[in-house]
This record gives sequence, structure tokens and C-alpha cells, in this order.
Amino acid sequence: MANFYTDVPEIKFEIENSPLMQRIVDLKERNYADKDNYDEAPQDFEDAMDNYDKVLEIVGDVTANIVAPNAEAVDAEGPHCENGRVRYASKTYENLDAMIKAGMNGMTMPRRYNGLNLPNTVYTAANEIVSTGDAGFENIWSLQDCIETLYEFGNEDQHSRFIPRICAGETMSMDLTEPDAGSDLQSVMLKATYDEENDCWRLNGAKRFITNGDSDLHLVLARSEAGTRDGRGLSMFIYDKRDGGVNVRRIENKLGIHGSPTCELVYKNAKAELCGSRKMGLIKYVMALMNGARLGIAAQSVGLSQAAYNEALDYAKDRKQFGKAIIEFPAVYDMLSIMKAKLDAGRALLYQTARYVDIYKALDDIARERKLTPEERAEQKQFSRLADAFTPLAKGMNSEYANQNAYDGIQIHGGSGFMLEYACQRIYRDARITSIYEGTTQLQTVAAIRYVTNGFYSQVLSDYEQWPVAAEYEAYKERVKAMAGKYNACVEAVKAAEDQDLHDICSRHLYEMAATTIMCYLLMQNASKAPELFGKSLNVYMNYAEAEIEKHNLWISRMNVAQLDSYKKA
Amino acid sequence: MKIVVLAKQVPDTRNVGPDAMTPEGTVNRAALPAVFNPEDLNALEQALRLKEQFPGSTISVVTMGLPKSAEVIREALYRGADNGYVVTDRCLGGADTLATSYTLSQAIRKIGDFDIILGGRQAIDGDTAQVGPQIAEKLGLTQVTYAEEILSVGPENKKIVIKRHIDGGVETVEAPLPLVVTVNGSAAPCRPRNAKRVMKYKNATVAAERSAENADKYAALIEKKPFLNITQWGAADIDADLNQVGKAGSPTNVKAVQNIVFKAKDSRTMTASDADVEGLIIELLNEKIIG
Repeated sequence: MANFYTDVPEIKFEIENSPLMQRIVDLKERNYADKDNYDEAPQDFEDAMDNYDKVLEIVGDVTANIVAPNAEAVDAEGPHCENGRVRYASKTYENLDAMIKAGMNGMTMPRRYNGLNLPNTVYTAANEIVSTGDAGFENIWSLQDCIETLYEFGNEDQHSRFIPRICAGETMSMDLTEPDAGSDLQSVMLKATYDEENDCWRLNGAKRFITNGDSDLHLVLARSEAGTRDGRGLSMFIYDKRDGGVNVRRIENKLGIHGSPTCELVYKNAKAELCGSRKMGLIKYVMALMNGARLGIAAQSVGLSQAAYNEALDYAKDRKQFGKAIIEFPAVYDMLSIMKAKLDAGRALLYQTARYVDIYKALDDIARERKLTPEERAEQKQFSRLADAFTPLAKGMNSEYANQNAYDGIQIHGGSGFMLEYACQRIYRDARITSIYEGTTQLQTVAAIRYVTNGFYSQVLSDYEQWPVAAEYEAYKERVKAMAGKYNACVEAVKAAEDQDLHDICSRHLYEMAATTIMCYLLMQNASKAPELFGKSLNVYMNYAEAEIEKHNLWISRMNVAQLDSYKKA
Repeated sequence: MKIVVLAKQVPDTRNVGPDAMTPEGTVNRAALPAVFNPEDLNALEQALRLKEQFPGSTISVVTMGLPKSAEVIREALYRGADNGYVVTDRCLGGADTLATSYTLSQAIRKIGDFDIILGGRQAIDGDTAQVGPQIAEKLGLTQVTYAEEILSVGPENKKIVIKRHIDGGVETVEAPLPLVVTVNGSAAPCRPRNAKRVMKYKNATVAAERSAENADKYAALIEKKPFLNITQWGAADIDADLNQVGKAGSPTNVKAVQNIVFKAKDSRTMTASDADVEGLIIELLNEKIIG
């Protein structure tokens, strides 16, 4: 039987082959303190790793045998809005039921709330796998990770009331966007007023583009400070659907991810409770929420890249023209190999990011229980910064790669790919949103650029340069060092011009140079350990990356303030 | 409600490769992975649904086979069963359906307290569909075969209503509890393994699996976690009459095994002309293939 985890050995490799993993598991398991208190808790590191493997095998099974076969029907039927409520496509309920029975909810939550206490890295793999089966369904299911924000910033009482419900399979949504507040969330106007009589908050107004907007538990960004107009007047609220007061006005008609209902919501005096402190909604909590969501979209993108590659590879082997399978033609295998190289490089970046997130989040969590040692505090700071710097790279690059791979996937199918019978068209439509929602690629660049200018990525690159590689890749390493050198020179040149517009127009190029070079190092590490899995991709990606770096290098060298006029259209 | 599920570990004959049969024409068990008999999984799903409907119910899974068949018990535990029994003994080997049903019925007697015994319609290695009905006979119970869905159960009035698959459709029958139900492959598929239960039960074993050479660093866990022990019963534990078990209790004798290869007979080519088509129709009518 097909299994979307065991069929892709690269995922297992990513989970099991980082030197950071031992630290992650030791922290997440508090040195295995749960082992005598919970029947399912691991005894030690090996036991925990074995658990992860077995959990992902279940995810791979459910995805391959339930979610993926349902994807076409879900895409065709889509959800409906009836009397202010969402009714999912019928097969979506089957998928959700399978996930509940498999126990795949509240995956990262502590055991005391019935969670599985899995690291983010493992949850990320589950996300990727489910997305390969159906990215639209993955959206609904993976919104469970909003519970992390409630766990991090809510109080004990809220934890005990809400987290077990999410672990039991209730769904979530994050209600942020409004008609006039998309990328610019400071403009959110949904009104939160304190109801003295009933000792609760009341929400009034509208939200738009809310994924899974009729969920059981909503995290809502709303304006609690009357008269304010910026981000400092916003707070985060928990709205429980059981209390009522929020209705779905309509469901958007979208290009892709049809299974996932994107809702317009109307709040009429909806009862809500504050999550965390007032005025910290956008500044702190939504930022945390978005970082988690961005990692999720990075995983979704990698899953879609894998799906695009799988479909293209199968078709290319099967389709015969001029007396042979088209996979034998250089024009076709060139496309397939670059698809696979982007997939492997992007996946390496995804998991490296997830590991960075895991370490700082686990330390954050421990800090809520006890005072961290000075060493732990330094570690927390270091990994928090790495996670912050890597998340926009992983999200932006993987979502762009998913789109490129989905495009190439259709190209390999030729005319058949343009017909609606093949899965590649759904993957193409589903991939399109990944570089838009949870912050466009352009906004990922904005989030990343300070790590370009302050030299952080340069420092990461020189740290990675110290990693030992297999003897046969020493020459590759020299090539990557040269790429890093070009990147550093470009950063300096752009900074030296001291012009904000020039700086901004160059930022996407610098961002891609940093990300591409980092991925070369990560892929080289993988290939050093498992040349049979990654050797070919490394070679292909290196050729691609070097050409990309050269392209950006040349572009930046030609660019100057005088040229900006030719670019301005307003 | 007390539910017993009968399960069998079988060679996976659904994914047969070129080396699936020995030159002698018997199943090459080494070349085929051992799996949970598919229709027994359908039976387990019916049991799990009853347990959801009647909280507090227990599901006991019984299997007969080698110690390694404890794997089907683990698989059942992963999906929601409460406990399991592996009936294993050298003297039980070579059993036909009669000896198997005797052995399993003795094990069920030993379990004692039950309302429903569920099993798959048949196993994919033998395809006899006899063991379930024979167990019902031996225990003096009502049987409903080819079940597709349990529609309702009344623990008070001791009645069960079952939809069963028959030629050309379905029929709904009512039967008294306790009874034996064999479940058809067209019933609901079994749910996936549950993550938490896999982590809990992955080290569950029968005594015979816990030999010194198999012991890993987690073997000692069983002392702290008694749920990791899967009950192992030998013939003596179930008070079996040794003349009725294994080869001794099996009147079935295999006279010979023949390797039959189906070959296509001579082929004929016809044109699409009216005369050829008409000739073919007449021939098929004469041979009563159509008509």
C-alpha cells in the first residue's frame, strides 16, 4: 500500500540526521520526565525517534489512502455556506474523521492536555505529507497549530478549557484580515468592547479572507482601544463558536485550495475573551502566530513540490513519444532534475528552520516553568534569532519553488497537463496561493532584509563553511564559498549606495542570493551523509544556484540610483 | 458490552510476486509479508463502532498461530482494542477449519463473558469462510454471516439488527445476543492506527516473543507497564482435548496439490461484418453463453 511518508525517504532523513535533533528531543521531553506518568511517553531519545517514525507512518498511510484519493472530489465539490455556517465538501468530513481517529490533533501540545508533545520538526513533516495528498485539506487540518499561540500567551484556565478540545480534533482559525487590512494589519478595525455587565468582551464588525472561518475556536485580532488607529490599539481574543455571534456571510470562489473554505465573517456582539495582555495583539501575538503559520506554508509548499514532482515523474516514465518514454529526452529530464533539486534544497531549508524553531520554543516553554541558566538564555536568544531569520527564507523560497515546480509539472505533461483530468492542474492551482498568503514573497523579503543588511546571513554562511563535508564535495564547497563571497560583495555595494529605494529594489535579489547559498550548504550536508539520496540533487542544484547567484550579481552590479527612473511607473 | 474479535495473521496474497508459490505449488510464506486478514479488520471496525456507541465496552482480540501472530493483536490494540490473546502451541499446528474452530471456541469459553463475537467472513489464505460458522455451532450460538453493518444493538432486550450482504442486494435481520457475526469485505474499512496508542502499545508482546535473544533495552518495561503483556495461551490453558486440535483434530487431508496454469484456447479473428457478428451471436446462443 502506498505511504506518503515511507515512499519519500528524504523526509525520514531530514527528521533523523541533524545533530540538533538530540537537543530538540531532550528539551521537548524535559529529559524524559513523562516516562513514568504517561503510558505513551518515550523512555529515551531512541524511543522518541521511533515514536516520531511511527506517527509519521500513520500520517503517510492516512494521506495516501484516504486524503489523496479524496482530493479530486473535494476540489470539485468544495465547501458551501448554509444559513451562516460552512458545510465542507462531503469527503472533507471523511478526512477529518480519519485524522481524529489517527489522533493527529494537538500534535505539539503537552501530554497533560492530551497532546502528542511532538517537536515542530515532526509536525512540519506531517504537514508536508498531508499537503502532498491535498493542500486544501492540509489548510483546515493544520490550523491546529494556532493553539500554540493560545498555549504561549493564554492563561492556565484558558489552557485547560481549550487545548484538550483542539487535541480532540476541533478546528481553529486565525481571524486577522479585513477588507482594508491585508498586508497592513495595523489597520484592523474590528471592534472589541468590554461588556461590564457580563464581564466579557464583545466583538463587532467584519473579517475577510478567513481560512476555515467557521472553525470551533477562533483567534481574533480586534481593536480594543477606542480611538487608536495603529497596531498598538489591537488585542487578541478567543472566540468560541459554542457561544455564537459570528456568522459566515459568504465563501470566496478561489483559483485553488478549493477544499479550504475562505470566509467572510460578520461579528454581531460576539462574546469573546482576551488572550494575553491588551494592546499586545499585533505587536507580539500575531507576530508569533504568523511565524508559525509561515513555517506551515513552507511545509505546505514542499508538499506541493513533492506532489508536482511525483505526477511529472510518473507521467514522464509512462508517456511515449518518438518510440520512447519522454523521460529519456534531455529536455524533459532537465526539467525533472531541477524540480527534484529545488524540492530537496527547499526541504533542507524547511527542516533546518523547523529545528531552529523547536529549540527556541522549547526553551521558551521551559522558561515558563523555571528560570533558565545563562547558557540556556544565550541558546534561546541564538535560536530565536535563527528561527526569525530563516522563517521568511523557508516560506518565500519554498512557495516560489512550489509554483515553479507546479508550472514545470504541467509542462512535462504537455497538452494533457492543460486538461482538467490530470492532478497536475490542481497542484498548479493549489500552489499559487502559497507565495501570497501568510505574507507575500515580497513581504518575506521585507522580514528578511534586516538580516541581510546587519550581516546575520553572512555570519550564518561563514558558520556553515566550517561544517565538514565528505571528501568528494570539497570542490563543491569552494564553489559555495565563492557564491557567498559574491553575496557579501553585493550586500556591501547596495549598502554603500545609501539610497532607500535602491536598497528596496535590490532586496529580493539579495534575499534570493542568501537563501540559495544557504541551501547549497544544507544540501551538501545531506549529500555528505546520504549521497544516494541527495548526490544528484546537490550537483544539479549547485549548477542552478551558481547561475542564479551570477544572475543576481550581474543585475545588482548594473543597478544604480540613476536607473530607478526607468523602473518607476507612478 | 463484551466483544470478542477473531483475527488471523495471513500471508498477503493480494500482492503476489513471481516467487509467491513454491515449485511444489504451496504458498511460499517466506516471500509474502504477514498481514492482518483484511476482513478481520472490517470486523474490528464494527467492534470499535460498538465500543464508541456503548462506552465502557471491551474488545478482546483472539488469534491462533505462531507467537509472531501477536502482531495482529498489536495492530488491533493500535486501533482501539483493549486486550488480546494469542493461542499458540506446537500441537496446534497443521489445523484445518474444524480443529481451528474447536481451538478458538475453547479460547472463547475460557474468556467466558461475551455478548458478540465478530470475525471476518474468511481469510485470504484459505478462503473457506468456515471457521466463524463452526465456532457458532460449537458454542451453540446464533450466527449472522456476510454482515455489512450493525444497524442497532439493544443490550437490554438482547437483540441485534444487522444488514447482511446477499446475492443481488442486502437483507436486514434481527438476532438474539450473544451471537457470532462474520463481516464482509464490503463493510466499512477499518480506521487507521492511533498515534498515542501506537506509542503506548508498540512494545506489547506475548511471553514467547520475550526470549533472551529478542530482548531489547525496553523489555524490562513490562514490569512497570503490565498492559504490555499480551496473554499467551497453550492447549492446556484452554482445556483443549488434544485429539481435537492441530493435525490430530483435522480430518481434512490434502490428496494432492496441482499447479494449474490457465491458458487461453485458440483465438479467432473476426471482422466487423454483419455476417461475422451474426455468426458469433448464434454461436454464443447455442453454447448458452448468452440468451
